[in-house]
Amino acid sequence: MTTTTDPILRLEQVTRVHGQGAAEVHALRSVSLAVHPGEFVAVMGPSGSGKSTLLTLAGGLDRPSGGRVLVQGRSLGELSRRQLAQVRRRAVGYVFQDYNLIPALTAVENTMLPRELDGVPARTARREAMEALAEVGIAELADRFPDDMSGGQQQRVAIARALIGERGLVLADEPTGALDSSTGEAVLAVLRTRCDAGAAAVLVTHEARHAAWADRVVFLRDGRMVDETGRQSAEQLLAAAAGNAQGGEL
Amino acid sequence: MSIKHGLLALLDQGPRYGYQLRTEFEARTGATWPLNVGQVYTTLGRLERDGLVLPDGEDEEGHLFYRVTDRGRAELRNWFETPVPRTNPPRDELAIKLAMAVTVPGVDVQAVVQGQRRHSIQALQDYTRLKARALAAVAEPAAGGTELAWLLVLDQLIFQTEAEVRWLDHCETRLAQHRPQPVPAQEPAPGTGEQEPAPTTRGRGKQRQGER
Repeated sequence: MTTTTDPILRLEQVTRVHGQGAAEVHALRSVSLAVHPGEFVAVMGPSGSGKSTLLTLAGGLDRPSGGRVLVQGRSLGELSRRQLAQVRRRAVGYVFQDYNLIPALTAVENTMLPRELDGVPARTARREAMEALAEVGIAELADRFPDDMSGGQQQRVAIARALIGERGLVLADEPTGALDSSTGEAVLAVLRTRCDAGAAAVLVTHEARHAAWADRVVFLRDGRMVDETGRQSAEQLLAAAAGNAQGGEL
Repeated sequence: MSIKHGLLALLDQGPRYGYQLRTEFEARTGATWPLNVGQVYTTLGRLERDGLVLPDGEDEEGHLFYRVTDRGRAELRNWFETPVPRTNPPRDELAIKLAMAVTVPGVDVQAVVQGQRRHSIQALQDYTRLKARALAAVAEPAAGGTELAWLLVLDQLIFQTEAEVRWLDHCETRLAQHRPQPVPAQEPAPGTGEQEPAPTTRGRGKQRQGER
């Protein structure tokens, strides 16, 4: 796990309030979180605890009512609409329960799509897509259409698409929700491997068995982060390292 | 846990000596339930007394071998064919702790639940790390039954721990329903948190009702 690098995703005191007055609903209350390259973080909590809100804010699909969201060090709130769209395309990938593949495109075409939208030449995009598919173990299915693939295979395509090119952050919302237990496990094992190879992932799930694949598990309740497990958090390690560095200078 | 039947199952594959039985038992279960050689010999003694195994000579190094008898094989088959009884659930410290916690004043039950959940998920993370390794081992061409056996045991530990966590989640919901927390009354109900409220729709709906 890389801990000396800057976080790829940082939430600083993020709050999200829907509605006003009596109808005011605090979806998130002052949540802070940092995710580093190579780190796999799971977010757990009951329905309505703010898990999905956290993910949409992290991906720039929604804006916080308070606090800041930084992706690759850039504060999303300070970006223009066009810049934000660029961050969403280039830095962040999404994986959902229902795969969201385009049925008329093959696996490799689905995977290369975000790169083509980004203006990368088709040949380069295809090569990158083939690499990404190989990394999730389904290079041989490149020319299949989604309808001719199993759920687990489609979800692997979605992960490949989420991590193509220089994209290093996967935001996954219950990605195994539609899969049986051993297929779901294989999908999580792929995410785990991608993180061990340097990607970062945030997984939202209410299933402890899935969250357990992560390095760190954070618990949300009523929009608040109430607890955290895992090996020593990257923040703690960084703080310790910073303390040592300071001590060395003195 | 049935050491007796575990040893019979191993001996069913051919004569073995005590230390060997212990090693093979632990390889299949990842030393989740460690056996000491003393336990193995005590159990072998009982099996011999009951006519389920017989001594089968010594090798040149002085290892005393045992083999399974026909009666032992019948006992083993019967074990495989009979479900593990669930009539007397094993005493569960956590269930007892929570049962006590809800009745003893001054105990922060929610903190007990969260503390346990944190601990159990950490255990789950550890098991899952072991499982990732075991999955890779099973995928090796040279992998045999021992790797698979260990993976199944790990899966069991994982599902059991997951069940505990799910039960804890459920306890939390129950506690919230039956023992209202001292929070301000205007606090929104859980479950509405992620939806955009649309107060205008209700007004319109009422109007429409009125028109009819």
